[in-house]
Amino acid sequence: MTYSHLGQNLKMITFLSAIGQSVIANLTKTGRGTLFLKQTLSCTFSVLCHPRLIIKQLFSVGVLTILIITISGLFVGMVLGLQGYYILSDFGAEETLGVMIAASLVRELGPVVSALLFAGRAGSSLTAEIGLMKATEQLSGMEMMAVDPIQRIICPRFLAGCLSMPLLAAIFSMVGILGGQLVGVTLLGVDEGAFWSQMQSSIDFYDDILNGVIKSLVFGFVVTWISLFEGYDAIPTSEGVSRATTRTVVYSSFAILGMDFILTALMFGDI
Amino acid sequence: MKENNTQNPSLVTIRNLSFSRGQRVIFDNASLDIQHGKITAIMGPSGSGKTTLLKLIGGQLSPSHGTIVVDGLNINQLSRSELYTLRKKMGMLFQSGALLTDLNVFDNVAYPIREHTALPETIIRTLVLMKLQAVGLRGARHLSPNELSGGMARRVALARAIALDPMMVMYDEPFTGQDPISMGVLIKLIKTLNDSVGLTSIIVSHDVQETAAIADYIYIMSSGKIIGQGTPQELKHSKSEWVQQFMNGQPDGPVKFHYSSDNYFDDL
Ligand SMILES: Nc1ncnc2c1ncn2[C@@H]1O[C@H](COP(=O)(O)OP(=O)(O)OP(=O)(O)O)[C@@H](O)[C@H]1O
Ligand SMILES: [Mg+2]
Repeated sequence: MTYSHLGQNLKMITFLSAIGQSVIANLTKTGRGTLFLKQTLSCTFSVLCHPRLIIKQLFSVGVLTILIITISGLFVGMVLGLQGYYILSDFGAEETLGVMIAASLVRELGPVVSALLFAGRAGSSLTAEIGLMKATEQLSGMEMMAVDPIQRIICPRFLAGCLSMPLLAAIFSMVGILGGQLVGVTLLGVDEGAFWSQMQSSIDFYDDILNGVIKSLVFGFVVTWISLFEGYDAIPTSEGVSRATTRTVVYSSFAILGMDFILTALMFGDI
Repeated sequence: MKENNTQNPSLVTIRNLSFSRGQRVIFDNASLDIQHGKITAIMGPSGSGKTTLLKLIGGQLSPSHGTIVVDGLNINQLSRSELYTLRKKMGMLFQSGALLTDLNVFDNVAYPIREHTALPETIIRTLVLMKLQAVGLRGARHLSPNELSGGMARRVALARAIALDPMMVMYDEPFTGQDPISMGVLIKLIKTLNDSVGLTSIIVSHDVQETAAIADYIYIMSSGKIIGQGTPQELKHSKSEWVQQFMNGQPDGPVKFHYSSDNYFDDL
């Protein structure tokens, strides 16, 4: 056997072992994440008995995210109004502009875009907060005081995230529709009566609104879980926390878009 | 020493403890006893595993071999709720303070009391102010942790560690960052607490003279082993080079100042 042959074999082995290691690392992380979720869920009942803990988190996770959701919703709705008008007017179907805007917001854009914004605004701050608490030994300190950090810190934030997401998505869709109306009706002159009445008759409560709410519930669950777990599992240094924050946003975005496809296929598709 | 052991049942018994972090062995078959109602000091070079020892006693880490028995209970065989019940009786002062940054000084000290008792707010107030007075920070009760100096934060953490009047307190470097005056006060406080309420204290400290002045028993550890133990008097007159080097703070001797490494000149 020649030396170059040996070298190639060695490279191959290192390559394979690197793949194996990263697979194992990812699998164990998934396992830790699942255990973490189980622990968090098992505290739900006792946390619900202390609503004060949740209310505080609802403010920082939910209320503080309203502003960015409202502004983004307004612009998304206005853009939908413009684009929709130009396409629909080619077919002389401007009156259905309201339906188009409302359906796309309630079914897709509302849950998805607000979840993406939620991951960037609330998710990253949750990760950074938990990660820093870990790095400064606050979580160990609580454990030594016989206070379970999962129960006191993690679970209230988790419930707050799950509760806020559908509400934020609803606000997004509502403001978006108003933005569409502003552009379509006020600026471009679509008939106001037709805009609203067509929307009212075409949008179905179960098919459209309820499905949108289910989507945003799922996204809220997943994003909050990822954010909290990344913080809890972060390497307790400044670099570790900053990396965890980045991962939160990246993984959450992937999760949202991937889950959206699956959910849409299940809800609306005939796949 | 032997007599002492039989007269005074130990509160913490550690036998044949081994523990590693990755490849690095932190404890290698170490055994020690912490006696009831006494002040036991743990000393050793930086990085020798003193903080790790306290975390092992508190059940935050589990040993790879050996047993740790606290108050008659084997820490590693306890269920989560049993462990939490035991921890309510232990106070721990973290090296970094570990104060909750979203609460002010008062609420930090009140935190364990509020969590574990149903006392009315007026009594909590009295208790907290008493603890803060003891560490000289009653006037700082409205400050938030980021407005405290390192030494102040540690004193608040001390007040919090003793808030529930535990049976045992573990102090991780309580004197670091204290001026001579607060150091004197803290030494007296630890001594008084120990003697008046029958607390058991474990002090991790580098301040050899100060600690030796109040400690009843001292363990010196290095490289994962207990290299010396005894009362302060015994240690002062110990024949062991290791002990002498440590007690007198000499740079050269059997205890290495450097983290284990290759030859310095080869490395350069
Ligand atoms: N999270 C960790 N991961 C890996 N190694 C660690 C970790 N924490 C501590 N160590 C290692 O364990 C050893 C003992 O650490 P420990 O904090 O117990 O030292 P110490 O005796 O308290 O030192 P000091 O007096 O400086 O506080 C150190 O050598 C350190 O490198
Ligand atoms: Mg230490």
